[in-house]
Amino acid sequence: MSAEKFQNPVVRWIDHRLPVFSMLDHEKYDYPVPKNLNYMWNFGVLAGLSLAIMIITGIVLAMSYTAHVDYAFDAVERIMRDVNHGWMIRYIHMNAASFFFIVVYIHIFRGLYYGSYKAPRELLWILGVVIFLLMMATAFMGYVLPWGQMSFWGATVITNLFSAIPVVGDSIVTLLWGGFSVDNPTLNRFFSLHYLMPFVIAGVVVLHIIALHRFGSNNPIGIDASGPQDTISFHPYYTMKDMVGIAVFLLLLAVAVFFFPNAMGHPDNYIPANPLQTPAHIVPEWYFLPFYAILRAVPDKLGGVLLMFGAIAVLFILPWLDRSPVRSARFRPLFRIFFWLLLIDAVVLGYLGGKPAEGIYVVLSRIATAWYFLHFLVILPLLSVFETTKPLPKSISEPVLKYPASRKGPMGAGLEPAE
Amino acid sequence: MAKSDTKKSTRSRRPEDAGRRDFIVIATNAMFGLGAAAVAWPLIDQMNPAADTLALANIEVDVSKIEEGQSITVKWRGKPVFIRHRTEDEIARASATDIADLRDPESDEVRAEKPGYLVLVGVCTHLGCVPLGQKTGEVKGDYDGWFCPCHGSHYDTSGRIRKGPAPTNLEVPPYTFLSDSVIRIG
Repeated sequence: MSAEKFQNPVVRWIDHRLPVFSMLDHEKYDYPVPKNLNYMWNFGVLAGLSLAIMIITGIVLAMSYTAHVDYAFDAVERIMRDVNHGWMIRYIHMNAASFFFIVVYIHIFRGLYYGSYKAPRELLWILGVVIFLLMMATAFMGYVLPWGQMSFWGATVITNLFSAIPVVGDSIVTLLWGGFSVDNPTLNRFFSLHYLMPFVIAGVVVLHIIALHRFGSNNPIGIDASGPQDTISFHPYYTMKDMVGIAVFLLLLAVAVFFFPNAMGHPDNYIPANPLQTPAHIVPEWYFLPFYAILRAVPDKLGGVLLMFGAIAVLFILPWLDRSPVRSARFRPLFRIFFWLLLIDAVVLGYLGGKPAEGIYVVLSRIATAWYFLHFLVILPLLSVFETTKPLPKSISEPVLKYPASRKGPMGAGLEPAE
Repeated sequence: MAKSDTKKSTRSRRPEDAGRRDFIVIATNAMFGLGAAAVAWPLIDQMNPAADTLALANIEVDVSKIEEGQSITVKWRGKPVFIRHRTEDEIARASATDIADLRDPESDEVRAEKPGYLVLVGVCTHLGCVPLGQKTGEVKGDYDGWFCPCHGSHYDTSGRIRKGPAPTNLEVPPYTFLSDSVIRIG
């Protein structure tokens, strides 16, 4: 069998003993993918690409970085000025981190819109939320490493969140710090963990993909493929479609790196850390702002922390909150409205998180926070019961065959009649 | 089965297209390879010496304080450099040596711009140890120059290999006399 599969004798020799090429072949040709996936399904691959870019540039940066409070800031500046191509590598690392979050947020909202978290993909979804949590931890610790003002005070504020825990809170914070404030031991352990976490993420990504390949991708219609006539092979169809997304992604990343490298950063982080002076207005990186807004919306220390973590915890139980059997929002008119409201709510929370915690911003933060939890804990369970959904098509092929060359025109691959 | 059909159908659909298809595939892969190389280069080149490292790549040394028969060791590019103010006897012995006998034939005149001052990179050409012979009391080897304790290489008063496993003479770094008393190494 394998003797016929590969023409190259070296490949054949290796594959007979170590069937990696058979495995690749299997994923490329045998793995059935619904033929109606739109460009929203590019973002899983883009997230994987982002992770790869982060790991490669990160390993390279670590070659010139010194994890010590006296040298870290200068080491980063040396990378920017003296190390060959160092400025580019660091800007790629910085901006790819932001792009990683953009991609993952789109990936998450894609899942929310098309109901990708529903049975039998609950674990796939939960593993995704785990990856998201790990990403946040990694990004936070990475932001501390340049040891600028925002690094230091971000580290101080975020680690102090744990002091809200009753009784043991202060001991936990001391443990995290390895001292009585954020200092050299903190920087050292953050560097160690920042280097470790991406590989943990990569491990969970493997589980995420194993879980994905168990039932295959969801699709814009949200119904299962009824047979081979509804699917196409991953290669070359979706490798090519992913290439388009990758090209656009890399183009935008290049624009950010070469023309607006600091647009998503904060100028205060180019001031060396000073433990005796907090900047007037401290904000986390933009991708944490919605959660930061939730934290500040609550006038109680413990309550704020609980609600902030609760905003992510609620995603873990999402498959059991939304019990509607219909996956795709295309066939759920009410759900679709609430989906867009949630998206707007998240953007508003992000905007408010970047504003000072005073006056109207606090009031709005509270309304937006309330809406966030209302959406997941009340609206979704109610919709599952009371919403009248539109009739589902009988198969993935049916809607395409019924309206040839209509509004779903761009998905040309689906227009061919099944043999 | 079905899978291999899919595979074949994408490879060569019509025989008359084969050449064009091959060309497109090869051209695409070549462009991809070029792109990958262009991306890989900065990631590899960052390991080369950085600008601040290169900026420290030459040093100036005042040799007027070295008495005849004395040696000093200075650090240049992270390596020891031996500067020896040689005695008349040492110079005479170095230039009297028959070059034909040497493993790495080089005359003493070539190795020392001013015979009085010998400048050497103090790294054994065998496997990179620092030879003994700089300080008084250290073993100087059979030829009264330097002796590498790691694997027993003997260097003469011109720093040339005479005995032992080292393949070449101790390296003479690029240097110039800025004045009678100051040399710049590098």
